[in-house]
Amino acid sequence: MTEAALIDWSRAQFALTACYHWLFVPLTLGLAVIMAVMETVYVVRKDEFWKSAARFWQKIFGINFAVGIATGIILEFEFGTNWSNYSWFVGDIFGAPLAIEGILAFFMEATFVAVMFFGWDKVGRRFHLASTWLTGIGATISALWILVANGWMQHPVGMEFNPDTVRHEMVDFWAVVSNPVAVTKFFHSVLSGWMTGAVFVIGVSCWYLMRGREQRFAKASIRVASVVGIAGTVAVMFTGDRSGIHVAEYQPMKLAAAEGLMEGGTRAPFSLVPGIEIPGMLSILATHDIDGYVPGINDLLDGYTAPDGTAGLSAEAKKERGDLALNAFKVYRENRDTDPEAAAAARKVLEENVEYFGYGYIRDREELVPPVWLVYWPFRLMVGLGCFLLLLMSAVLWLEYRGKIERFRWLHAVALCSIPLVYIAGQCGWIVAEVGRQPWAIQDLLPVSAAVSSLSTGSVITTFCIFVAVFTLFLAIEIRIMIRAIRKGPEAVPAENPSAGPETGRTLTSGQD
Amino acid sequence: MDYIFLQQYWWFIVSLLGGLLVFLMFVQGANAMIFSVGKTEEERSMAVNSTGRKWEFTFTALVTFGGAFFASFPLFYSTSFGGAYWLWILILVSFVFQAVSYEFQTKPGNLLGRNTFRIFLVINGCLGPFLIGAAVATFFTGSDFTVDKDAIGNGVAPVISSWGNGWHGLDALANPWNIVLGLAVMFLAQVLGLLYMTGNIDDDTLRERMRKRLWASSAFFLVFFVAFLVHIMTCPGYAASQDGTTVMEPFKYWHNLTGMPAVMAVFAAGVLAVLYGIARTLACGKYRRGIWWAGAGTVLAVVSLFLIAGYNGTAYYPSTADIQSSLTIFNSSSSPFTLEVMTYVSFIIPFVLAYIAYAWRAMDRRPITREEIGSTDDKY
Repeated sequence: MTEAALIDWSRAQFALTACYHWLFVPLTLGLAVIMAVMETVYVVRKDEFWKSAARFWQKIFGINFAVGIATGIILEFEFGTNWSNYSWFVGDIFGAPLAIEGILAFFMEATFVAVMFFGWDKVGRRFHLASTWLTGIGATISALWILVANGWMQHPVGMEFNPDTVRHEMVDFWAVVSNPVAVTKFFHSVLSGWMTGAVFVIGVSCWYLMRGREQRFAKASIRVASVVGIAGTVAVMFTGDRSGIHVAEYQPMKLAAAEGLMEGGTRAPFSLVPGIEIPGMLSILATHDIDGYVPGINDLLDGYTAPDGTAGLSAEAKKERGDLALNAFKVYRENRDTDPEAAAAARKVLEENVEYFGYGYIRDREELVPPVWLVYWPFRLMVGLGCFLLLLMSAVLWLEYRGKIERFRWLHAVALCSIPLVYIAGQCGWIVAEVGRQPWAIQDLLPVSAAVSSLSTGSVITTFCIFVAVFTLFLAIEIRIMIRAIRKGPEAVPAENPSAGPETGRTLTSGQD
Repeated sequence: MDYIFLQQYWWFIVSLLGGLLVFLMFVQGANAMIFSVGKTEEERSMAVNSTGRKWEFTFTALVTFGGAFFASFPLFYSTSFGGAYWLWILILVSFVFQAVSYEFQTKPGNLLGRNTFRIFLVINGCLGPFLIGAAVATFFTGSDFTVDKDAIGNGVAPVISSWGNGWHGLDALANPWNIVLGLAVMFLAQVLGLLYMTGNIDDDTLRERMRKRLWASSAFFLVFFVAFLVHIMTCPGYAASQDGTTVMEPFKYWHNLTGMPAVMAVFAAGVLAVLYGIARTLACGKYRRGIWWAGAGTVLAVVSLFLIAGYNGTAYYPSTADIQSSLTIFNSSSSPFTLEVMTYVSFIIPFVLAYIAYAWRAMDRRPITREEIGSTDDKY
């Protein structure tokens, strides 16, 4: 019997690793674009100022990148160490994107990040610029493949169950790659990384403005970052809307939980906060139709019939079909060598019910409902913060464009304080996506209780504690080093006057400590 | 493409990644010796910066080795990683500390101080290759696990792969032969580390010191490597018979070597190349290309060892608890469709190797000197 505590601790460990990983990845994705744009300007205009700006953000990028790698390797191997049953059951589909990520993306990052950091004096300007871009492109390609993998767990497509090998097998690679959930998730996540990078750069730059330091650098950084950030945010909102449609279609329980919607219906209201609702808004968001039907938690458990005639099975009916599938699987396995007729009959039953396979492991209908508050509140926080940050970046860009940004000291403080907010928004997004799909490791096919490795709970608690300690230590060090690097500021730009000699490149400008 | 061909092809790709990983562990080997090769801060900085521009490759090779194994032989991924839990976690944690140690060691505000991060590099430098070697040795010595695919039909306890004891992988360290291969890989990494730095650092003091170190590291490596080799060539092995069952066969790995003359030739060439790289560096003080001979030789030798473990009807991940649970490349692989898709993906590997080689050459055109380390800002 798989212990409940083992499942909880295994989930906690995976969540911990994923959350920490997502503290570092979005900054990598966002800074990659911003610093590459700056270096491009340098190569085009040959202005040393832009080189110094790009180099400063590359230094910050490097500090952050290392911890992203450290948390990432644990995440990849945890599928095997902690979710071994999962790894066999769907490894035929799930392993491929992970391997492609390694071959296609990680080597690209590894190769060109080294050229970017250490190659300034070793390779030509254009090769260096290409390396900077390729580092960011590598990181983005890596995000693509891991999100293809994640999207597949949320909405499994392109596979068939094979009872002889006891696993799902890929039959359509293109369906896996072009999975609408994966495509939306890719753009939503990567562009939210642009937001993170932008808000970070704006916040740090505003700190310089507050201190009256590095004026030109700060304003140039604000300009580049807010354009990248606004573009990212608009796209994040658009893909967020697509995401809502997908969730309504493929994971209605996640949507119901995110809305705290117990009883659904047509013209379903959107809850801003408990007690304040916008009538009909949820139907519009979920179906792009004010008369669209959105089932609530109780509808999904008890079964429902929408006005257009589509019916949703009750939890019990799904459980019944899951039991049929699981039982047919057993009968098939027992008879496949001895009684081909019985095996063929069992296989037919299995094929008819395989889409409910995971329900065979569900004991109690309550297991099918994710913790509502942990989906409802993060969702609101994410959307609210996203809107606020769009407003902030627009204001900052406008004021910088009008040349007034130095005067708005309160805005500098707001921008600086917004750095943690963009991280909270990103974390909330993943909490909605991952808590909202509980209890499923693979939607409807395998619950976490059947996906977990057979380990002692004590072992998993021990590794959980090790990871908490190690990742927290790394985070603390990263923040300290970053603060020091930011206080020190960008390298001085060599004076325009060539007679000043090469040594001026190393002298500090006034105002720096 | 025929299923058996695809399974063999993917075992070859996994073997190749394994070979590249062992070669790239020159990074670990060099790190293990930061304090003994570098006596002054300047020298240590040269050593750290030499491998510090390459460590991402080793890290990526490890991750890709895992990813490719997952995609092509998922039953190994689920059985070994979920079963030998502690062994893999220790390997990962040692690499995790390494990942941040380069970047953080000389940065102001790093909390723990420069030497702590260098000690992390030393620990990873010893433990990483040692544990990976010990884990790979279980491909020959076997592990305590059972696989029961019918279990998935059990709604209450559906776990397919179970480990036979509570040590969850640490039991690998109870078998002396795993330790022997672990030590062989650890010393091989040091040999490669010394050869790499000899080529990559232009400094007479360091080169002399490293040449002295190379005698000892090479001797230890050879002792442990030959011992392990003699052991597997004489011990019984796990043979996968035609009907899908696994049986013990005396001198199985020796039979594999003699039964596959091409593999034997590659293996011999690999071993000779490693020895040549070492010997010429030891004999000639000015010789700097030893890493390429020894590195290429390492890749060839490791690939052949993997092929001996998996080809010719052999169970590459044998179970000592239940011999019929042993994994072969046939009973643990992905479906033909997935292997075929991945095979198309693998065609870009030469392209990847090409751009790595291009960037590598561009970066290493000039070896590291005291002047460079003293003047550049682009260093750890």
